[in-house]
Amino acid sequence: MNAIEKKGRNELLLKGQEGGKGQNDPLLKVQGLTKNFGGVKAQDEVSFEVETGGVMGLIGPNGAGKTTLFNMITGVYTPDRGDIVFNGQAITTLPVHKRVARGITRTFQNVALFAGMTVLENVMVGMHVRLAGGFWSSVIRPPSFVRQEGESREKALELLEFTGLADYAHRPAGDLPVGRQKMAEIARALASDPLLMLLDEPAAGLNRVETSALGSLIDRIKERGTTLMLVEHDMGLTMEVSDKVLVLDQGVVIALDTPRKIMNDPVVMEAYLGVDSQ
Amino acid sequence: MRGIDFMPGRRSIENVLFVVVVVLMGAVVENTYILQVMTFIGINTLLALGLNMLMGYAGQVSLGHGAFYGLGAYGTAVLSGTYGLSPWLALVCAVTLAVAVAWVVGRPTLKLSGYYLGMGTLGFGMIVHILFREAGTVTGGASGFVGIPMLGVGTFVFEGGRSYFYLVWAVVFGTILICRRIIASKTGRALAAIHGRENAAIALGVDAHSVKLTIFMFSAALGAVAGFLYAHFVLFISPDSFGFMASIKMVTMVVIGGMASVWGAVLGAAVITLLPEVLHGFADYEMIVFGAILMGVMIFMPQGLTRGLLDQYERYRKKRAE
Amino acid sequence: MADLLQYFFSGITQGSIYAVVAIGLSMLYRSTELINFAHGEFAMFGALGLVTLWGHLHLPLPLAFVLTVAGVACVGMVFERFALRPVKDPNPITLVIITVGASIVFRGVAMKVWGKDPVALPPFSNLESIEIAGAVIVPQSLYIVGAALVLAGTLHLFFRYTIQGKAMTACAVNKKAAWLTGIPYERMGLFAVLISAVSGAVAGIFIAPVTMNTYDMGTMLGLKGFCAAMIGGLGSLWGAFAGGILLGVLESLGAGLISSGAKDAIAFVLLLLILYLCPGGLFAQKSAERF
Repeated sequence: MNAIEKKGRNELLLKGQEGGKGQNDPLLKVQGLTKNFGGVKAQDEVSFEVETGGVMGLIGPNGAGKTTLFNMITGVYTPDRGDIVFNGQAITTLPVHKRVARGITRTFQNVALFAGMTVLENVMVGMHVRLAGGFWSSVIRPPSFVRQEGESREKALELLEFTGLADYAHRPAGDLPVGRQKMAEIARALASDPLLMLLDEPAAGLNRVETSALGSLIDRIKERGTTLMLVEHDMGLTMEVSDKVLVLDQGVVIALDTPRKIMNDPVVMEAYLGVDSQ
Repeated sequence: MRGIDFMPGRRSIENVLFVVVVVLMGAVVENTYILQVMTFIGINTLLALGLNMLMGYAGQVSLGHGAFYGLGAYGTAVLSGTYGLSPWLALVCAVTLAVAVAWVVGRPTLKLSGYYLGMGTLGFGMIVHILFREAGTVTGGASGFVGIPMLGVGTFVFEGGRSYFYLVWAVVFGTILICRRIIASKTGRALAAIHGRENAAIALGVDAHSVKLTIFMFSAALGAVAGFLYAHFVLFISPDSFGFMASIKMVTMVVIGGMASVWGAVLGAAVITLLPEVLHGFADYEMIVFGAILMGVMIFMPQGLTRGLLDQYERYRKKRAE
Repeated sequence: MADLLQYFFSGITQGSIYAVVAIGLSMLYRSTELINFAHGEFAMFGALGLVTLWGHLHLPLPLAFVLTVAGVACVGMVFERFALRPVKDPNPITLVIITVGASIVFRGVAMKVWGKDPVALPPFSNLESIEIAGAVIVPQSLYIVGAALVLAGTLHLFFRYTIQGKAMTACAVNKKAAWLTGIPYERMGLFAVLISAVSGAVAGIFIAPVTMNTYDMGTMLGLKGFCAAMIGGLGSLWGAFAGGILLGVLESLGAGLISSGAKDAIAFVLLLLILYLCPGGLFAQKSAERF
C-alpha cells in the first residue's frame, strides 16, 4: 500500500473511532434536515441513518428532493434546521471541500468530468485531498513530491483498470461515450478512497448492458469497503444493489426499508402513481 | 484545453531551442534599437505569463493587472531611487508588497465570478493608478519619477543593450520553467479543474478559493518583477504606463497568444510590443488596429491565435489528405 | 454653507450625467445580460456629433439633436451586428474583452475624425444662472437633470406598459421561454442596444456644453456610469438613476472637502464596496448572481 492509500479510508475510520464513533454506530446520521427555497419546502424533517459498508438506494418521484438531500450531505446547501453527523463528527456547516477530506465524495447527475483533461488527469484530480504539498512543492519539486506524482499516476491507472477504462486513460474525457464517462466519474470519485460515495443517477442514459456493468461495479466498490448511497430511477438496478432503500416524496421520508418490502409498500406506490393502485 | 501530460522529451527540446535562439539573437543583433524592442518583448512576456496563469489556467479575468506592474516599478523606483536601497533588495520588497496587496485584494474579489470579478479587478486597478498619479511627493505624480538607478552586480552594470537583453530573457526562461512546473503538478491539475468546472473541483476536495488566490498572488509577483525590470531599464516611469490601457494590453497579449499556452504568452507579447513599431507611419491608426485585433481575435478565435492557427492548419491538412 | 450647497448642486448636475449613462448601461444589461464597456463611447459620439452639427455647421439645435442621436443609433446597430451577434461563445470574459476592444476602436476613430484637441460648446440657452442661498445653478444643469428624469420616466413607461418593453424584460428573465412564446430574440437584442446607444447619445449631447469634449471623454464616463449602475443595482432603472445622483454628489463633496485628485477614486472605491458588501446594489432587484 503506497503513501496515498495510507491516508485513505483506514486512517479516516481510525479518526472516526477516536472521535467517539462506536463500531456499530452508523456512518452517516441525518437528523431533522429541513430546507426551504423561497416558499418551497425542499426537505422537511428528513432523518435517517446509513450503516457502514452498505448500499442505500434513494428513490422518489421527480421533485422529491433527492438531489437536494445529496447537496446537503456534501455541503453545497446548508440546511435551515437539522444536523448531519458523519463518522462520529458533526459536519452540518463544514464547507464542501473539507468534507471530501473527511471521506465523502459524489458524482453528478449530468456528468461533471473536466472535458478538456484526459481521463487519467481527471482521476488524479480526484486524489487531490490525499496528496501532500501545494504551490511551493509544485515549484521546488522535492524528491518526495516527485515520488508522490509517480505514485498518484500509478494509483489512477489502477482505478481505471478497476472500472474497465484502462484503454481510455489518455483520451480527453469529453471524447468518451456517455456510458464510459459515467464510469470515469465514478473512478474519479473513488480516487480519494472515500468512506461514503454518493452516486447521482449513475444509470441515466445507460443501456441494459452498461447498466448491468454498473451494477457489478457497485458490488465491487462495496467489496472494497466504500459505503454507497445512490439516487436512481432505474428500479431494477436500485433494488438489485441496495441493502436498504429510502423513499422521499416532496421532501419527506415516506419509507425506509429493504428493497423487497419497499416494492410492495402501498404508500410508496401511491407516491409514484398518484392514486391508490388497488 | 490540451492535455497537460508531462512529456519530458519534448520539453527539453523546446527549452534548448529557446536558449539557443535567445543567445543567438543577443549575439548577432547589433542595432541597439532592435535589442531594446526585443528586451521590451521579454518584459511584456513576463506580464503575459503571469496573467496567462491566472486567466488561461485558473480561468479568472483580471482587468487591473497594470497595478502590480506599477507597484513593482514604483516600488523599486522609490526604494532604490529616493532612498538609495540596493535595487536587489528593493526587488524583494516590491514583490512582497505586490503579493501582499494581491492577497488583500484577492481574498474578497476572487469570491466573485464572471463580470463581478472583472469589475472588481478593474476598480482596484483604477484606484492604484490614481494613487500613483496623486501621491506626488512619493511618486512624482503625473509628471513621473526620474532618477532610477541602473542595476548592477559588483562592478558590472546592466546598462541597456545586450546585458539587459540577456538579463530579461534569462528571467523569462526561468519563469517559463516555473510555470511549466506548476502546470504539470497537483496545483496545475487543480487549476485546470477549477477552470473546467469549479463546482466539480470543489466536490473533489479542491479548495478553489485558496488555489485561485495563490495563482493571483503568483501573477502579481510576476507583474512586479516585470515592473522592476522595466523601471531599471527605462530609468524614468510615469503613472500612465500602469493604467487601464496597460491592463487591457496585458489581457490582449494573453488573448492573442491563447490562454493556457506558455509559448502563446511570448507570441502575444511580441505582437503587442511590435504593433506600434509596425504601424510606425500610421501612429494615428494604432488604437483602431489594436482594438480591431482584440475584437477580431475574441470573436473569431477566442482560443487565441496560436490555437486558432493550429486548428486551421490541421483542418487544411485533413482536407489535403482526403 | 454656501460652499456645501454649491458642491451639492454641482454634484446633482454631474450625478445626472452619470445617471443617464448608468441607465443606458443598466437597461442593456437587464435585457441582454451584457455589460457594454463601449457605452461611454456612445456618449462621446453624441457630444462630438453635436460639436460638429451644432457647433461647426450651425444647424438648428433640434435638428442637430435628432441627427446626432440617429447617427449614434447607427453606430449602435453596426456594433450589435458585427461585434455582438457573431460571438459564438458569449461568456463574460469574452464579451468584456470584445466591448473593451470596441471602445478602443471607437476612440481611435474619434481621434482620427475630430483630432486630439478638446472642443467647448456654448450652453443651449442664454438664460441667466439661478442663485440660491449663495450657490449658483447654471441653466444647462437644469436641462441635464431634466433630461435624466425624462429619460428615466420614458423608459419606465416603456418597460411597464408597452408590448416591446415587456417583451424585452421577458427575454432577460428567461431567454428560452421568451423564444418559445414567439418573441424574436435577435431583434430584442438589437432593440436593447439601440436604446442603450440612444440614451448614451442623449447623455453626451446634454453634457457637451459643460465639459471639454474630446475623443477620450467616454472612458471615464463609461466606467463611472458603470459604478453608478452597480451602486443602484444592475438592471434597476431607478437604481441606476439614484446611483448616478449619489455618485455625483459624493464625488463633488469629496472633491470639495478632501481633494480634487482623489475625486476619481471615489467611484471605484464605492464600486469595490458594493461588490464586496452588497453585489446586488443598494436597490437590489431579483437574484443578484445572474452571471
